[in-house]
Amino acid sequence: MSPLARRRLTKAALNTTGVLVFLVATFPVYWMVSTAFKTNDQIFTTDFIPFPTQFTFEHLSRVLTEGVAGHSIWLYLRNSAIVALGTVLIGAVFALLSATAVARFRFKGRVPFLALLLVVQMIPAEALVIPLFLSVRRLGLYDQLLGLIVTQVALTLPFGIWMLRTFVAAVPKSLEEAAWIDGASRFTTFWKVLFPLVAPGLVATSIFSFITAWNELIMSLYLISDPTKYTMPVALQYFFGQKGTDWGAIMASSTMMTLPVVIFFLFVQRRMVSGLVAGAVKG
Amino acid sequence: MTKTSTLPRGERSSATPGRRRAHPARKASGLPVWSIPYVLLIPGLVVIAALLLYPLVQMVTISFQKVGLLQISGRRPAEWLGWENYASIFDNDIFWSSLRNTVVFAVVAVPLTLILGTAVGVLLHRLGSKMSLFVIIGIMFAWAVPPVAQGVIWRWLFDAEAGIINWALNLLPDSLSSALFGRADWTGEPWLNDTWSIYMVLTICVVWAGFPFIAVSVLAGLKGIPAELYEAARVDGSTPWRTFRKITFPLLKPVFAVLTVLSIIWDFKVFSQLYVLAGTTNRDAYNLSMYAVTEAFKAPQKMGSGAAIAVVLTVILLIVTAAYIRQMFKQEEL
Repeated sequence: MSPLARRRLTKAALNTTGVLVFLVATFPVYWMVSTAFKTNDQIFTTDFIPFPTQFTFEHLSRVLTEGVAGHSIWLYLRNSAIVALGTVLIGAVFALLSATAVARFRFKGRVPFLALLLVVQMIPAEALVIPLFLSVRRLGLYDQLLGLIVTQVALTLPFGIWMLRTFVAAVPKSLEEAAWIDGASRFTTFWKVLFPLVAPGLVATSIFSFITAWNELIMSLYLISDPTKYTMPVALQYFFGQKGTDWGAIMASSTMMTLPVVIFFLFVQRRMVSGLVAGAVKG
Repeated sequence: MTKTSTLPRGERSSATPGRRRAHPARKASGLPVWSIPYVLLIPGLVVIAALLLYPLVQMVTISFQKVGLLQISGRRPAEWLGWENYASIFDNDIFWSSLRNTVVFAVVAVPLTLILGTAVGVLLHRLGSKMSLFVIIGIMFAWAVPPVAQGVIWRWLFDAEAGIINWALNLLPDSLSSALFGRADWTGEPWLNDTWSIYMVLTICVVWAGFPFIAVSVLAGLKGIPAELYEAARVDGSTPWRTFRKITFPLLKPVFAVLTVLSIIWDFKVFSQLYVLAGTTNRDAYNLSMYAVTEAFKAPQKMGSGAAIAVVLTVILLIVTAAYIRQMFKQEEL
């Protein structure tokens, strides 16, 4: 075989594998979405129906009106959004302060603090939920979205600081020094020079926290018992408690839950890698 | 103070004649300079201490206590039991099957995720830029699906009656299917009834959702390796496998180390997907996470033994984390 033909063959093989990987990764997601828009006749069949030929919004409108556990899934999506946004707002401020401290200052206890961040990130939520349940009850935060927000801030903060730290460190210190020389106060320097430059990193970190809080199941499962306070993951698993699984409704709901995450992912995918394996990857 | 800073250059008040350099040690915010980082750290430290470290200590305490319904509602104080909770969970078969499920699952799922992810990462590196972007967008869909929805999707794909997996298995020629699996008819095969097949489905689900992160990380690492190295290898007539073993792998070793540890940690505490796939009724299919929370929250509530299981899980994870931290500190100037 000539080298040219061989190279073409290799390229074709690589591209075919690429398409195959694409299909394996996307098919289950596609199947979720297509089931959500199929009629029950087309869902409950032993035949393979690749496209919803009888396209219907029946399931979507059902979960948006009747919903599950007595409420429309709008309520659960709203609860999840409140929890996730609350987590992000509180978490972003705290993370930015701590990240600035560790990235801009050399102080005693800095390295132990960084080590602490890595250790606490690994404490499983499954373990924390037991003591947190007791504390949350004692504080009167049981069955409150605020209680969830507080626990989610704790779960997302260590990684948030860890990730944001690299963004703060990437801003050249000379810029701040210039502002400093021109007589800017520390606060002004922070607000007018450092903050605008760190903002993209702050957005990336916030999106990451948002996704984590949006997806979280365990805390919501055990710190909330009032159905009007359910978050989306709890509502989604609730479907399986019903008699006879309503797959159309489940798929419509999980599509609604997945959509915002997919959109956010398009923004932060590369930054997330750099946060998690920072230093080990030179990307 | 804020006002001076908004003045443009050269318009500074005459209070500082001759543009003397601001000394960094001046008291700018009324705080001594050395204390600034500590002040900035206060909110973060308070959250970590109050919501992560304190509960951790509490968890250990609870694991030595009897905390049931009466204690939760405050009608009776927690009763000190000593090692009794630990003795009773170590005596329970469910604990050992949960531990086995946790470990076996991680031992299978972690290498599969890493191998598949690395292979796709290498593939992405070799593809043209358009094709590479196309595949990255594709795998991002799998990555972005929330864990609960992952469980939902795979539960549906493996559904006994209308699941597409059973349909696909029925497509296999009967002779092949019989030779491979000893059966030809898959209609109504209930995949989510026994532990073995639940964990098989869970493994597929977790590998499917986990490999994109590995692939993108490996790709990022590969982009950092100078192309000349591969050039030289090609000139010397190295095979692709040898190039991978002698160049790619050694250079990406730190990346693999971090990815391995992260995968182990994630797979050890897998919860949402298992919760959706298996539910809480099948006790044989519990892993340590499921066992800890069901013991603690499912009536009759036994927070004490739940906490004891959680302690065991946390200790295992912290041992693994120690490896991660060592790696991070070795690789990075912090």
